[in-house]
Amino acid sequence: MTAPLVRVNNLTVAFTAGGGSGATAARPVRAVNGVDFALAPGEVLGVLGESGSGKSVTLRALLRILPKARTQISGSIEVDGRDVLAMDESALENYRGAVVSMIFQEPMLAFDPVFTVGEQIAESVVRHRKVSRSVARQRALDMLERVQIPNARRRLDAYPHEMSGGMRQRAMIALALACEPKLLLADEPTTALDATVQIQILLLLRELQRDMGMSVIFVTHDVGVACEVADRIGVMYAGRMVETGRVADVMLQPQHPYTMGLLSSTIHGQQRGTRIEAIPGAPPDLANLPTGCSFAPRCKHVQAACLTEPPQARAFADGRMVRCIRPV
Amino acid sequence: MSTTPRALLEVRELRKHFGLKSGIFSKGAGTVHAVDDVSFSVQAGETLGIVGESGCGKSTTARLLMRLIEPDAGRVLLDGRGIGEPGAQGLSVRDARRQMQMVFQDSFASLNPRLTIEDSIAFAPIVHGLSSRQAKSRARDLLAKVGLAPERFAARYPHELSGGQRQRINIARALALEPKIVILDEAVSALDKSVEAQVLNLLLDLKTELGLTYLFISHDLNVVRYMSDRVMVMYLGKVAEIGPVDAIYGRTAHPYTSALLSAMPSMDPARRTQQPPLIGDPPSPIDPPPGCRFRTRCPYAEDVCGERDPVLAAEGGGHYVACQMKKAGSGHSAAPAPIASPPPL
Repeated sequence: MTAPLVRVNNLTVAFTAGGGSGATAARPVRAVNGVDFALAPGEVLGVLGESGSGKSVTLRALLRILPKARTQISGSIEVDGRDVLAMDESALENYRGAVVSMIFQEPMLAFDPVFTVGEQIAESVVRHRKVSRSVARQRALDMLERVQIPNARRRLDAYPHEMSGGMRQRAMIALALACEPKLLLADEPTTALDATVQIQILLLLRELQRDMGMSVIFVTHDVGVACEVADRIGVMYAGRMVETGRVADVMLQPQHPYTMGLLSSTIHGQQRGTRIEAIPGAPPDLANLPTGCSFAPRCKHVQAACLTEPPQARAFADGRMVRCIRPV
Repeated sequence: MSTTPRALLEVRELRKHFGLKSGIFSKGAGTVHAVDDVSFSVQAGETLGIVGESGCGKSTTARLLMRLIEPDAGRVLLDGRGIGEPGAQGLSVRDARRQMQMVFQDSFASLNPRLTIEDSIAFAPIVHGLSSRQAKSRARDLLAKVGLAPERFAARYPHELSGGQRQRINIARALALEPKIVILDEAVSALDKSVEAQVLNLLLDLKTELGLTYLFISHDLNVVRYMSDRVMVMYLGKVAEIGPVDAIYGRTAHPYTSALLSAMPSMDPARRTQQPPLIGDPPSPIDPPPGCRFRTRCPYAEDVCGERDPVLAAEGGGHYVACQMKKAGSGHSAAPAPIASPPPL
């Protein structure tokens, strides 16, 4: 068993309103409440969750791009043997892009609109690889071809807004992978794309991951997308991992009531006319989490013990984990 | 076909083009063919699903039906009366909107942030002549109907509520004038999956209880299959295929529909998608090339596809497809040979 590339232990992230005190101070929003997971080199972890689950905040904590003034992070994050939470600014500048990279739902978040795509990719290569601009430009061209952008040479000198949505997404992937990071963080990169474009991007990511051997953490709310890309799945709810395991195991035999509810409310070949088994209620207010299990107010298997203590994570074979007191 | 009951909604050759301007002298920079010669009908009590990717014209079509934008050509008939047409056989836009209402994707942008929930729902009935007291009473009944306790929600403001709650309110508001038809334009797309399921259940309950007819516009093919009786597939402003839901999903006739269906991510990790069905992005609807608009990405395209625009032709059983491969005698190598007399229907 090789050493994990990523090891996250008891990660918590809370956002404070900043300023104000006493009666006017708002309660902190507890976005991530004790997340643990490990990721082997070359492994793809799909993080499945809805809005407010903490999945995007977890990714941003791994890259340390959360707003410093308002964020309280604790716990530990270890990537490629480095202590990410202890890094100073200059260490982070070496880390981002070279060890870990990120792609987003909205490509314009990654690109500067006043520079060409080629210039931006080359900039990253020059910064991390310490090569000349012409070598970096060649690398940028290679990357654009690698992500299957037609007329790559011409597109090197295109501005981000001159490309269509699918092209921009590919260009963003080229930028993220230009320096061959060990870990790629993907925050819903295909959610805003049309179906026929989405499947192309998913297959491209899978192919690049295989060729480059990097680990990927892929955040999504779409079960089908997770099935297409992930080796393992982690399901998040109210800032905690509630279930993890191999993708086939979690899909075929979900153990946590939230996972079961999520799968049964995902419409796929349901009998027309039969009611969908929806989870009642809505996700909790992260500034006012209930005591006990955060999912208890919506759970159809709730017992008295669920309301007093948050459930512990129970580990099983093959990396299976369930955070629930129900017998498995 | 005199035995077919008259459609509740009939759309004939609807067209909308947007001219683009560029340069200091605002010279024409092309035309967006948003909706081109679109015809379809909807029977009372059914759900017509409308699917297609960006630029296909489905949302523009919905807005044209509601007369939020004016069509360049074509007719929309509600119960046989033409919307916006003069005379006794015409129907004023105001009267049309009593019978046909819409729910939009962005639940927050759809609500006036300065009105209470009750006032938002009561607004249209008051405009159409109900007294304030009657309108508010109806608003409270509708809140209960959509699963929101009136005592708790009537006096709240939109920003205090979740996306799912706001969408329920938008549905309540759409029902305030007791319409026959409700157009749902990606109404559940912005909601979390668990909330989406709740809202879909609600929509089905309301449809049965109130005898509604739905136009369900969505990019999610699984949801469309679940909700619809018939489905219309659009591509770059034209109808590619239309028919009963089982025909569209089980006996797909148009190459674009096939591609769209196989683009859905696999739900089985053991059987993942290996090849994308289409490469490249959907082309721009600005100044489309002549002939079939799908031919630039179609694996079966031949010369004839660039020469003539395919028209909707019957596949049987209410299933129509616009493709030269399906049209007898079109000249496409896959087309059936022309026949002397039409087959019995």
